[in-house]
Formats: sequence, C-alpha cells, structure tokens
Amino acid sequence: MENILKSEMGFQPTQPMLPTLFTVDSKIQETHDTWSLFLNNSNGNSLQEFSPGQFNMLYAYGVGEVPISISGNCQNQNSLVHTIRNVGMVSNALCGLNQGDQVGVRGPFGTSWPMEKFKGKDVIIVSGGIGLAPLRPAVYHILNNRDDYNHVALAYGARAPEEILYPKQIMEWRSHLDLQVRVTVDSSDQKWHGQVGVVTTLIPRLNIDPDNAVALVCGPEVMIRFGVRELIKYGLDTDQIWVSMERNMKCGIGLCGHCQLGPDFICKDGAVYNYVKAERFFKTKEL
Amino acid sequence: MEIKHLPHDKLNDLFDAIIMSDYTLVGPKEKDGVISYDPIESVDDLPQGIIDHQNPGNYALQKTESSRFFAYTISPFSWKKFLYPPTHSLFKATKNENGISFKVNKDEPKYAFIGVRGCEMTAIAIQDKVFMGGDYIDPSYKKRREQALIVGVECYNTCETCFCDSVGSGPEIPEGSDIVLTEIIEKENHYFLVRSETEKGQNILNQLNLEKADETQSMIKDAQLERVRSQLKRKVKVSGLQSKLKENPNHPRWDEVAERCLACTNCTMVCPTCFCMTVEDINDLDGNTERQRRWDSCFSSEFTYIHGGNTRSSTKAKYRQWLTHKFATWQDQFDSLGCVGCGRCITWCPPGIDITEEVAALSESPDTYHKKESSHG
Repeated sequence: MENILKSEMGFQPTQPMLPTLFTVDSKIQETHDTWSLFLNNSNGNSLQEFSPGQFNMLYAYGVGEVPISISGNCQNQNSLVHTIRNVGMVSNALCGLNQGDQVGVRGPFGTSWPMEKFKGKDVIIVSGGIGLAPLRPAVYHILNNRDDYNHVALAYGARAPEEILYPKQIMEWRSHLDLQVRVTVDSSDQKWHGQVGVVTTLIPRLNIDPDNAVALVCGPEVMIRFGVRELIKYGLDTDQIWVSMERNMKCGIGLCGHCQLGPDFICKDGAVYNYVKAERFFKTKEL
Repeated sequence: MEIKHLPHDKLNDLFDAIIMSDYTLVGPKEKDGVISYDPIESVDDLPQGIIDHQNPGNYALQKTESSRFFAYTISPFSWKKFLYPPTHSLFKATKNENGISFKVNKDEPKYAFIGVRGCEMTAIAIQDKVFMGGDYIDPSYKKRREQALIVGVECYNTCETCFCDSVGSGPEIPEGSDIVLTEIIEKENHYFLVRSETEKGQNILNQLNLEKADETQSMIKDAQLERVRSQLKRKVKVSGLQSKLKENPNHPRWDEVAERCLACTNCTMVCPTCFCMTVEDINDLDGNTERQRRWDSCFSSEFTYIHGGNTRSSTKAKYRQWLTHKFATWQDQFDSLGCVGCGRCITWCPPGIDITEEVAALSESPDTYHKKESSHG
C-alpha cells in the first residue's frame, strides 16, 4: 500500500478533528441525486496531495461530517473534487452547497489503490453505482501514465441508465482506443440500447490476460462479493484483486471505533485492501 | 522507591499539598447510592467505612463501623470520565459574511485522581495507547493525561464481580501512577504506607514530613495484597482465547447470550477502556454551532449505519463484536487486552450477563458445546 500523504497546508495533525476550510468553486449535477463539488482551499494555499482511493471527511456547517472519496485527478491542482450522493442529512447539506459556500475538509485518509504496483499489468476496474467515484482517480492516473499499463478495462454497472455516473466522461473514455469501457444497467426501458444485467456479466467479455491482470473493485458490498467471485472464475487469484470497503465513520483517524471490522479500522487500515486481507471480512455475516 | 509512613490523620495534609499544587482533587465519595468519583475537598468527603456489594446485575452499599477510608472496591464510574469526558467540545464555529471561523478550546483541567485501583491504572494505560499511541493523537486526552496526578490506593476488599489477577491488571498497582498508598489498620493503628513512583509524585511527598515505614509494615502490605488476590472469585483463562474467539464467530453461545443481552449499552458505558465515540452538532438560534464528541457504544442501534442499513444489526453480532474486541482484536490493535477485570460490566448488566462465564463457554469447542441453563437467564 502506498503511504498516506499528509497535507502540508490545511490538515493539522495536532488538531486532527478540526476541519480546514475550503470554498466551493463550482458544482456539477451528475445524476438526479448526485453532485460533484469542486473545492479550493479558502485561504488560497495550494491543495493537499492525495492518492487514488483515499477519502476526506467533509463537514457541512452545523449539520455534520461524512467520509467522501476523492474523485478528482491527483495531478489536477486546480481543485479538490468530491462526488456526493444525497442519501442522508449531511450529504443533503453538502449537495445543496453553491459556488462560494464553504465546507470543512479533513484528510486525506486511508489506504490507496497501489498504482505503482500495477505497472506493466492489465488492469480491470469493476465498479457499481457511486463506486465509480473512488475509482475515477485510478482511471485518471492510468490515462496520465498510459504507457505504464498494459490492457485496461472498465466494467461499470448502474441501476438504470439515468443513474450512470459521469456519463459524458464515460463516452469520452469509450473513444480511447486503448481503453475498454463496458457499461451495463440492472433494468431499463426501450430507450436504452446498451447492455442490461449486473456488472459481473461484463467480466468474461473483457480482453484481459488473467495471468497478468490486477482488478480494482468498488461498489455495494454484494457487488464486491459477486464481482470477486467472477474475477476468480475468470482466472485471477485473490492476490490480484483489490477492493474498497465502506463502513460508518465518525473520525477518519481510528479513534471513534465505528468502522471496526474484525481487528481493522477501515478508515486507516483500509478502505482499499488487497483481497487476500479483505477476504476474512466476507466470511462472517455481520462481522 | 522508599516506602514512607503516613498516619491516617495526616492524609488531609497530602490532599492539601496536592491542592496547593493547583490540582483539582477528584476522589471517591458516596453519592446517589453509589461510590462516585467526583471533585472532593478533604478527607471528610471520603466514603469512610462504606463497602460495596457487587453481584451480576446488582450493586449495594453498606455502612460499616470501620474507619477505613478506602474500604469499597470500585466505583461504577471510571476515571475515563475525567480524561475522556462523556461529552466534549471539539470546536465551536460561527458564520458571517466573511465565512466560517472555528474556535477550539485548548484549556484542559488539571486533575489529581485519589484512589486509582490496579485495574483502573491498567485501564488508563490501555487508553493511553488508544489516544496517544497511534498516528493521530487526541489532543484533549493527551493534555489531561499529561497534567494529571495519579494517586493509587491498593485494594483492601474485592467485589464478587472483579477478576483483575487473571487478566494481569492487579491487584497490585502497575507502573504509571505517581503516588501509591496502602491503607492499613492494625489494632488501634490506622495509617497509610506511601511511596512515590515519579518525580511528580515525589515533589508532592517532599512537602510532607514523612517517616520511613518499618519492615513489618511493608510485610503487612504484601500480605494484604495476597489476601485480596486470593479472594478474587472470578477468572478468565486468557491463554488461547484470542484464536478461539476469532475462529468461532458462529459458536452457539453467541446466539444464547444474545437472547439475554438487552443491547442497553450499560457494559460499554461503565467499561474503563471502551473508547467509541460519535459526534453531534449543536446549533443555537444565532446561527452558531458547536461540534461535540460524545461516548458511543457498539451496542447503539445506529452505530454501524451506512446508507442501506446497519452492518451489524443483530444483538448477537453486537455482543460478539464487543466481547471479541475486548479479548481478541484489541490485542491486534493495541497489543494488550481490552479488559482489565474490573467487573463493572457484570455488575451493571441488567440481566446480569457475566463476561467471565461467557468467555468460559465460548472457550469450549463449538462442536462439543451443549446448551446449558444459564444461572442468570
């Protein structure tokens, strides 16, 4: 795993529960319930560095704080990007922020997709729903360093066509000849001409060499479970698979206890795991 | 460290010396029918002669004729409530046309704890690792902890529910306290043996003019501790437990204990090592806000809530998480047990679930384990 990159500006290790203020530079509505916020450091300082797969704790004034993956490009120093689905009180407040509004940021926290380790490999990215957000920095990283990687495939599943995240970007990625992009939806009406079915059905049709491949998986836990099963069937070993776990988090720094899963604190020992380490989490119901 | 002799009527001189060094004195005191740890002013506040009867799901005080100041065993409260208060302000924030601004209160009280037991000192050392031993340090805990003065008092009585010896947390007071007292009454003689463990403790004792204790008195102290050790009724067999708990997440005992457990959170609230917290935002009508940290419990209904539901919703899973954490995964995380054998979780469990009994049952092989009638069900 790559080391956690601690910011030199903003985040203060001496006051780890105190957010740094960022200002909303712009926002984009991604789907009917999902927005991306583009943030800049309110004091004008340069942005914190992060690695693909890491998350920040985002604080909405007077409402609360939630863990949100960083969904932007590590090499883009213009703004810090988070894609947020409006599913609760805090995410609702965050999605309701407008240009010029401030938001508190703590982080980045957690482990990351070990992109260095993947050099020279075929890369399969399997994601479902909002699970594409924590994987987008990995896609950016690959595109920024395309020669470092061999065949690259993205298998993405959404519940319905209108739930597809980053649709324009996916279209753009599709135009890359060196990027296989497959999209499926769980259900749809006749207006959808693409594939219907769960994301795991895309895996056998990818042009990837299983012996030299790595897979990055993020989505609902049930999708991870079946995605991993399909990847193994496809010929990958468990140590070729990385997954990102999700748990309730109140602090991001291993002190609140909420994200414990077995001996691990998902906020600092995860959220990104090699499946050899994560396998035990899936073996016991309600661990 | 040299052991000194402190006559019982000089105990207040020790308290005065501590108060003169700008500490807020906190110690045992009878309050609301329990021994509470609260601010005290003098020895007059101590629960002289009061003993505590603790049994599974049961707690009662008894006034005796004894002049012993520290006759009780332990309070339902632990010192955690001072080092890691149940609610604590993380920051206050205001918002105006210039934007949001944060304010953090960095002042922390300077406490002197009077009457810390062996198990309790172990619990403090365990929480030190949690809050000060990792990548991120809790600044409030650290400041309170570093400026605290800890005066340990060795146990004279055990309660039915405690089991320090088997988890290696007592009855002797482990390293970490500043001053250690042993209260001794032999015939008409009521005195304390006192020793300092740190420079901070020595500086306090230097203010008192104490004589060296004699050899016989030290022997009485050792015998007293051994008597306490022999009176402990409960025990936990720690060896091999870590792997047994991890390997048997579907042991039938988890289902049985879940039938008795109310998921009321009492065990976690009285536990001196439990550290889980949640956060709460408190807003006023002027538009100001405050973010507070508040004790939480792995038994709380929304503890594991993520969009879509709770990842641990059954009582079985919650109890398994709690007990497995205490005896198994805590060792992975912090290289120690998460249980100090104080027995509070047994005393304060409404249906009287006995953690030592559960551990013993869970240590049996799930294949040969047969459902047994619980004496407390």
